[in-house]
Amino acid sequence: MWKWLHSYADPQRAYNLSGTLLPWFATLAIAFIGVGSVWGLLFAPVDYQQGDSYRIIFIHVPAASMSMSAYMAMATSAFIGLVWQIKSADWAAAAIAPIGAVVTFIALITGAAWGKPMWGTWWVWDARLTSELVLLFLYLGVISLYASFEDKVLAARAAGILAIVGVINIPIIKYSVEWWNSLHQPATIKITEKSSMAPEMLYPLLINIFGFGLMIGAITLVRFRAEILARNGMRPWVRELAKAEGVK
Amino acid sequence: MQFDSLTDFLNMGGYAFYVWLSYGITVFSLATLIFFSVRQKRKILIEISKKMQREERLKANRSNQ
Amino acid sequence: MNKGISFTQAFYTLLKRDLQIAIRHKGDIFNPLLFFILVVTLFPLGIGPEPQVLSRVAPGIIWVAALLASMLSLERLFKADFVDGSLEQMLLSPQPLSLMVLAKVLAHWILTGVPLILVAPLLAVLLHLEDNSYGALMATLALGTPVLSLLGAIGVALTVGLRKGGVLLSLLILPLYIPVLIFATSAIDAAGLNLPYSGHLAIIGAMLVGSLILAPFAIGASLRVSTN
Repeated sequence: MWKWLHSYADPQRAYNLSGTLLPWFATLAIAFIGVGSVWGLLFAPVDYQQGDSYRIIFIHVPAASMSMSAYMAMATSAFIGLVWQIKSADWAAAAIAPIGAVVTFIALITGAAWGKPMWGTWWVWDARLTSELVLLFLYLGVISLYASFEDKVLAARAAGILAIVGVINIPIIKYSVEWWNSLHQPATIKITEKSSMAPEMLYPLLINIFGFGLMIGAITLVRFRAEILARNGMRPWVRELAKAEGVK
Repeated sequence: MQFDSLTDFLNMGGYAFYVWLSYGITVFSLATLIFFSVRQKRKILIEISKKMQREERLKANRSNQ
Repeated sequence: MNKGISFTQAFYTLLKRDLQIAIRHKGDIFNPLLFFILVVTLFPLGIGPEPQVLSRVAPGIIWVAALLASMLSLERLFKADFVDGSLEQMLLSPQPLSLMVLAKVLAHWILTGVPLILVAPLLAVLLHLEDNSYGALMATLALGTPVLSLLGAIGVALTVGLRKGGVLLSLLILPLYIPVLIFATSAIDAAGLNLPYSGHLAIIGAMLVGSLILAPFAIGASLRVSTN
């Protein structure tokens, strides 16, 4: 049933497939983030409590939710790489890690910049902020573990194990809001209940969340392609490419 | 449109510093990430082609002897 | 096929071996303990000797010091075996690797975790811990330090083959320690306020059971990567 998938584990096919997917992801990401941000910054109504400062939400919430999704994506591909010994999955995990770290960093910084006018401080040791910081540490751990092995096959496996172990922290991040009460407001988007946000604010937010996901996909494809080339430097098809592009 | 003028928009109801700080940092860090990611591929290909040239030189030297 | 000794026998042999080696090098037991005591005594010097302040921060100080002591002592968990090749022998043996790993981690906990639990009340006296909190302190340490050993062993197993593993180890495992730290200290705080803390203990217990089941596999897999 899943046999058709296996052919895409072949590096060259994976490289070509990600090459054809890349422009779609890139254009859609630019379009979504463009529409969402312009809508959010210019047309969404002013929040009656927070004034215009709430407009940070249109990047803060997408970054925060995507930071966790990216970690899940990384851990999933690391798991696939470990269990079925598919090297392309390992490379994908290695490609996602730095992107996830940057997105987590954005979520932290924008959260701080939003917290200053609203709570009066840049940083609160609240559960969600803290677990976001922990998530950043987890990403950095995976990245530096991957970097410190000379043999990248081993590095991918070691980093994969660490990523899977770190997944234990994801539910803690997700449910920490319910475990601790603090200054941080409860989650704004609820899947089951009616959302507490006005639709004119919610739509640009959802568009931006989707756009961030597409953007992470696009950058992952770029890094994934580079990773494939770096790990397959001895293959003839890579050497063809290098000959075409690298010689000055 | 929620804002009457450009200055009004840039002022963000008094929260200009925080809003533009977070948007600025976001754009900057994403741009840096994308720049390095895109450059990575070229760098790797150049490295591989240099390695190929080195190998060819070695081969040429060996056949000369 | 003859598999040699039984699983239980292998487990106890390895446990006994590790304990014996550690007893011969007494520094392995005492150095982390001494580190724990020293770190705890440094805090009053840094913060100031007011009993109210100290009793407020005591749970956190004791637990953070315990985390650091456990991490420092972990570094040597697989190092000697990795260097002299007995680790590879363990990987090749017919007994399951996760069992052997569990024996090693248990030995490590007996050698570093248990002394730490025994010393903790003395340090709590120095820090003016609330009288009601002693039970919670002991209970959280008893449940929490095995989790620290198990989780830390994953990090050690991943970095044992690397030369500059030391700094990397703290980056890998300290984030994983955070949930234990949070629940342990909040349990001690709750006990100090005469509030029930069985819920916190139950969560730490759940972490212990979870890591007891899952960590040996992760440690085994990491060792296979490191000794490749």
